[in-house]
Amino acid sequence: MAINWFKYSAPTNFYGLAGKLIPFFAWPAAVLFVIGLYIGFFVAPTDAVQSEAYRIIFLHVPTSILSMFIYLIMAGYAALGLIFNTRLSSMMAQALAPTGALFAFISLWTGALWGKPMWGAWWVWDARLTSELILLFLYLGFIALQASIEDPRRADRASALLAIVGSVNVPIIYFSVKWWNTLHQGSTIKFTGTSMHIAMQEAMFAMLVACWLYSIAVSLARVRSIILERERNTQWVNELKEVRS
Amino acid sequence: MKKLSLLGLLGLVLRRDLLLAMRRRADVLTTLIFFVMVVSLFPLGVGPEIDMLRKMASGVVWVAALLASMLSLPRMFSADYADGTLEQMMLAPQSLSVLVLGKIAAHWMLSGLPLALIAPVLGLQFDMSVPALWILVIALLLGTPVLSMIGAVGAALTLGLRGGGVLVSLLVLPLCIPVLIFGAGAVEAVNSGMSVVSNLSFLGAFMLFALVFTPFVAAQALRISME
Repeated sequence: MAINWFKYSAPTNFYGLAGKLIPFFAWPAAVLFVIGLYIGFFVAPTDAVQSEAYRIIFLHVPTSILSMFIYLIMAGYAALGLIFNTRLSSMMAQALAPTGALFAFISLWTGALWGKPMWGAWWVWDARLTSELILLFLYLGFIALQASIEDPRRADRASALLAIVGSVNVPIIYFSVKWWNTLHQGSTIKFTGTSMHIAMQEAMFAMLVACWLYSIAVSLARVRSIILERERNTQWVNELKEVRS
Repeated sequence: MKKLSLLGLLGLVLRRDLLLAMRRRADVLTTLIFFVMVVSLFPLGVGPEIDMLRKMASGVVWVAALLASMLSLPRMFSADYADGTLEQMMLAPQSLSVLVLGKIAAHWMLSGLPLALIAPVLGLQFDMSVPALWILVIALLLGTPVLSMIGAVGAALTLGLRGGGVLVSLLVLPLCIPVLIFGAGAVEAVNSGMSVVSNLSFLGAFMLFALVFTPFVAAQALRISME
């Protein structure tokens, strides 16, 4: 039996598939959010050093991880779209960008809220904070370039090139910032590798998976809108139930 | 049509762009004046304490150089794009990457090089020491080509767009942060008596890295923008 592996690389087919898949990601995400927050707030013990304020870690760490991870995935999709000229890959890249930017922003925001009680400052020019901020700038550049080009094909290809250049540059930026920081003032605050309580690990893991599933679900929802918008002049879109009503 | 050697092509593009710029000197001078003005505004903003000024001099000069080179970026391709020359250039049976490299080199000679040469005068306003001034010039000579090269990618991507000037800064500035860090770091190192070799080596490495990849990437970006 011949399987058509590329069936779902056509926006026409993927639109329906994405619609069916969304609940499978959205519901587990919601359940895991509740579980993660419950364990994080009620089960996990108070930290010996940082008392209650440490609990922001359950949002801070997953969003930071995903903000970096999503950039790579986005650049990967963008590169696929540029190389193989698949429209859907570029649409996925476009759909992922706002979620990545949102996570980068939440990560910075929660970091500031955490920094105030712990370090006594909303912001320090630590290597990690600075590179996260630059990552947010890179996301915003990608979104701005995509938004300012009218022709969707050119927008896809131009922003794909930008994402690839950005992903080559990310390690250089990271190490530059790291050495810059150590050159100036030495490392200020570091986590000492304390062994984490098992409940904290569980909560963190649940939140990480929840954020992950959430980003898949919203990207699928967003890519459905992008498909509809770009294919609005085609027959199959006009025959859709939700479009006709 | 005779196929030019790569160096011949490079020289041709370079000569042409420099000649065009010499016919319209105001463009080059505006960038330079902008650079001088921005640097001179800082003491007015933060106060005339000489100790503080000496400390922040290299950073101020570098940020101003970054902004000044952003200001001149949209000009790199836009005039040729507007009158159709760029399209003819891309149709020519010559290497587009080398052509772009020629335009980048011309852009650097008209924006980066003058900034590096005038920087010592501005450094004196900030009471920088003579060794620090030398390092500042060397760092600018190594770093500003990288700004032009990365900038070329941004300029090519935003060719012909509304509000391209602001957009290009948004795209390019984050990518230029490593240059800023090591460029300003070199002068900082002189002031604190450390070796400047590592900082300058990094700048040199960035320049070589960018020299290998950016002309090609900018050429691809032009193809995307022009199709």
